[in-house]
Amino acid sequence: MIRLLHAEWTKFRTVPGWMAGMAVAALLVVLVALLAGASSDQHGAPPVPTGPGGEPVTDSFYFVHRPLAGDGSITVSVSALESSVPQGLGDLRPGIVPWAKAGLIVKESTRQGSPYAAIMVTRGHGVRMQDNYVNDTAGIPGPVSAGSPRWLRLDRAGDTITGYGSTDGTNWAKAGTARVRGLGSTAQVGLFVASPQAVAGLGATASMSTAAFGDLRLQAGWTDGEWTGEQLGAGSPTFAGYPPPGSGSFTASGGSLTVTGAGDIAPAVRYSLPAAGTIKDILTGTFAALIMVIVVGALFITTEYRQNLIHVTLAAGPGRSRVLLAKAIVLGAVTFVAGLAGAELAVPLGERLCRANGVYMFPVTSSTELRVALGTAALLATASILALSVGAILRSSAGAVTTVIVSTVLPYLLIANPFMPASVANWLTRVTPAAAFAVQQTLVQYPQVANPYTPYNGYYPLAPWAGLAVLAGYAVVGLAVAAVVLHRRDA
Amino acid sequence: MRPALHAEWTKMRTVAGPRWLLLGLIAATVALSAAATSVVTCGSAGCGGDLTRLSLIGVQLGQALAAILAVLVISGEYSSGMIRTTLTAMPRRATALAAKAVILTGVVAVAGTTAVLGSLLAGRLILPRHGFTAARGHPALSLADGPTLRATAGSILYLILIALLSLGIAAVVRDSATSVGVILGLLYLLPIVAQVIGDPHWQRLLQRIGPMSAGLAIQATTDLHSLPLSPWAGLGVTAGWAAAALVTGGLLLRGRDA
Repeated sequence: MIRLLHAEWTKFRTVPGWMAGMAVAALLVVLVALLAGASSDQHGAPPVPTGPGGEPVTDSFYFVHRPLAGDGSITVSVSALESSVPQGLGDLRPGIVPWAKAGLIVKESTRQGSPYAAIMVTRGHGVRMQDNYVNDTAGIPGPVSAGSPRWLRLDRAGDTITGYGSTDGTNWAKAGTARVRGLGSTAQVGLFVASPQAVAGLGATASMSTAAFGDLRLQAGWTDGEWTGEQLGAGSPTFAGYPPPGSGSFTASGGSLTVTGAGDIAPAVRYSLPAAGTIKDILTGTFAALIMVIVVGALFITTEYRQNLIHVTLAAGPGRSRVLLAKAIVLGAVTFVAGLAGAELAVPLGERLCRANGVYMFPVTSSTELRVALGTAALLATASILALSVGAILRSSAGAVTTVIVSTVLPYLLIANPFMPASVANWLTRVTPAAAFAVQQTLVQYPQVANPYTPYNGYYPLAPWAGLAVLAGYAVVGLAVAAVVLHRRDA
Repeated sequence: MRPALHAEWTKMRTVAGPRWLLLGLIAATVALSAAATSVVTCGSAGCGGDLTRLSLIGVQLGQALAAILAVLVISGEYSSGMIRTTLTAMPRRATALAAKAVILTGVVAVAGTTAVLGSLLAGRLILPRHGFTAARGHPALSLADGPTLRATAGSILYLILIALLSLGIAAVVRDSATSVGVILGLLYLLPIVAQVIGDPHWQRLLQRIGPMSAGLAIQATTDLHSLPLSPWAGLGVTAGWAAAALVTGGLLLRGRDA
């Protein structure tokens, strides 16, 4: 086997075109990264708010607040939560926004991204207890209406915030307890209304919601003062604004309060930060590299057939599957090294250029970054092995190159069509070799945030390594079939 | 010219490869189109989308087979050494390439028409079963509809132009695997790379010059104002690519030793 590997490595090494092809593949990954970084210009864009965990957040909602010194408690009832969605320019109609929120919140300050905990009713997901943007716990289910109001209660005891829900105002069910650090001795506490973008098909539009509150009660810690109503984060890049001609408001008459708000208090997703960059965007050059390594992979075997070198190869190594395996190992190793070099160089360079041009990059941990680089190299290596096997089966380089390029690149192109339905896109990224691009995804799906979670937006139906495994499966089956036909056929 | 055409037609007719590729073109185009139309559903919440374009989506797959056929027409001759016989029999090299182009146009036109009409028929039969009914504002796809007729005829022309572009590139590159890599790279990569260009002006420019992104504008029947350029102008860009590739290929064929 060592001798076979050595023979195949010598063959690969001594064809200048193939070595050059691998080098160009790595270079293309870097070049496209530089292009992506250099062509973007977002200088002077407003800063993206980040939460206590460092993740980008949306922190824009209508807040009716008063300071609360130390511990205390607040109770309110909600009897209505209605949303408006624009049907055309300036034409607001009643609509359904499942994650429209109205409730009570305790927040360190009105600063963007400051820590908080909140208890709320939602339009379509019942009572929820949420804190620090990413945490979400379900409470009493069901929608709120005048006939079936909800009472909400929020208690602060140091860093511990407890939220309760009730259907009658006397029997309380605990919705959740959150430990929120950094709330400070005096926090801002009060009512809030948020109304995230309404997802319609493949797009999203700004919405606004109005809630009717009543029965507001305060216990301990409260200083006398007026309620202040304001839209937080009005200029934030994660805020889509009010659908015209709407605006936020707060009116109190008798014991009831009416609050209208827009925006959300949640982690930022692709749709709330369309201009932000991801590592996947930077690594778009992978497609160019993919085409290069597929061509080289197919040629690595079909050239032998064309020049009749295959007779010599099989005479020297009569174990035909072992010859094929040796080829796959050599090809895979060379491609992996080239791909890894390209990705390891492209990601930091591209990120630096993007940041220098004012582009906000979705943050990733260093382990995720390593996974993307290794995954990209593995993707290229696996695709080249697939091309090798298809080349061995078809014995025609044009056919092999087309088959593998079409099965890996075309699905990606199809999902990148804006008119492609999400069900088709998800199916394509599950069953075709293009599923492997999942290994480059870095965005996180949040069930409590409505967003078109489609591959086009960077959210794949399969986990990173599972996606790569789909491509690996094709390569393994390809190799097995190639080994069988290589045995059965005369060379 | 007539003997040249007859010779090229005989080559095309008597080898099994082209026949399978043309059948594959039809099957792949119709299959992808039918698959795409059978996974969309029109729910109660309403359903937008360009159904003609969706029904013709298989062209994006079918063009790859048209490209291989075109590449093999010339690269196949280089790898087997047949090209020397061809050029001995037809010393006017430009005529030889022109004859190949004419025969290729003919066979791709026939297969392309079958494939595109088959896709449209599949869409017409499948879509109403998934809720896209006239009552919901989606009448069955029909060639009597102006934009649909334009999309259909344009898709056939697009397939022919991609075949001619591939023939030109293969005449330049000569090696079949590299030719296919160059062609599919040109078709598929430009739209993907265009997505990462941050500057919207450059992004639009790239979409306008890409042979695929520009040419497939011919399939659009809704939201025409959001296209990078108008349908016929887009197909014109693809035609420009094909013409440039054929002229370059022809000049190199005359200037180089075979």
